[in-house]
Amino acid sequence: MNEKLKADQNKRAKGAFERMMQSILMLMWGVLLCFVPKERDVAIYSFEQLEQRVLKSESDTLYVINFWATWCKPCVEELPELEAFNKEHEGSLVKTILVSLDFRSAYESKLLPFVEAKQLESEVLLLDAKDYNSWIEKVHKKWEGAIPATLIRNAKSGQSRFVDGTTTAIELNQLIKQIQ
Amino acid sequence: MKKMMMSLVLLLCSANLIMAGGVKVGDKVSNIKLKNIDGKMYSLEEQKSAKGFIVIFTCNHCPFSVKYEDRIIALQNKYEKLGYPVVAINPNDVKRVPEDSFEEMIVRAREKQFNFPYLYDETQAVASRFGAARTPHVFILNKEKSGLMVKYIGAIDDNVESAKEVNSAYVENAMDEILAGKVVTQSATKAIGCTIKWKE
Repeated sequence: MNEKLKADQNKRAKGAFERMMQSILMLMWGVLLCFVPKERDVAIYSFEQLEQRVLKSESDTLYVINFWATWCKPCVEELPELEAFNKEHEGSLVKTILVSLDFRSAYESKLLPFVEAKQLESEVLLLDAKDYNSWIEKVHKKWEGAIPATLIRNAKSGQSRFVDGTTTAIELNQLIKQIQ
Repeated sequence: MKKMMMSLVLLLCSANLIMAGGVKVGDKVSNIKLKNIDGKMYSLEEQKSAKGFIVIFTCNHCPFSVKYEDRIIALQNKYEKLGYPVVAINPNDVKRVPEDSFEEMIVRAREKQFNFPYLYDETQAVASRFGAARTPHVFILNKEKSGLMVKYIGAIDDNVESAKEVNSAYVENAMDEILAGKVVTQSATKAIGCTIKWKE
């Protein structure tokens, strides 16, 4: 009888210990999750989707669309300027989108790791549209297709500005003022 | 007086075009004479047997140029014997892209066994005169009575990533039409590419 009671007590104590350990583990997980950097979402767009959202949009948004690629050195060097510009206009109607022209086959192997490593805060999307000749002119008639290139478009008025080559946050701010 | 005004307007218009830089399809272009990777000067005028040229602004470092290297070799294999040799020109400023120096051009040509002249546009005068905007950027020239005429400006084909998945081989289509004495149907195309690294 006595022995059975002892075994019962032991079992209960063990159960309590396990439960405590479980809650500690849960807590630790919770703390850890807070520190894990947020997963950066990179959507894959067709040209028609980009056209619908930006080039044909009639919303109140002023879009700053930067065309770049991880393989393009001047583009990568320019990204901090766009990130600074994006941060400056956070929460406003000025929307920065970094449109990557990396190959679809480099999405997992190059683009996602790059976006993570650089901790890019601006929205990044991959434009999966290989037949360049069919759409480059629709972005801007002056664009020959060299990157980097940046299109600024006031969706409401339809006014736009185009930068062929590298830009800066200062230049972007001057250009958006012209069409705001 | 009216005539004078007209010619003044025309003069101003053409001055504008010159200032904008670049050639258009249908324009006449003057000779190109630049240093080849063999150390000798290469001049279009001296290629007496050529009926025209496939001029391609390209370089060593640009990933899009690299993707097209084998296809440029294939173009030379196909069209040189038909009288239209490929003439590749690297216009990039070596200060901005050390990989595109004259010495590195020689190295790359040897590695890939380039079968075409690879010229160095050190002053960037030719790229600027043609209005080359990116690498690779093709200009097909045809020798005619009036001189060297621009027949096509644009990309090599419509699929940089995979030669096997090309739907429209722009340069080959244009070349086949030129060889057949026809008008080039698609005489201008655009493509993504690297900016030409102009001197700062």
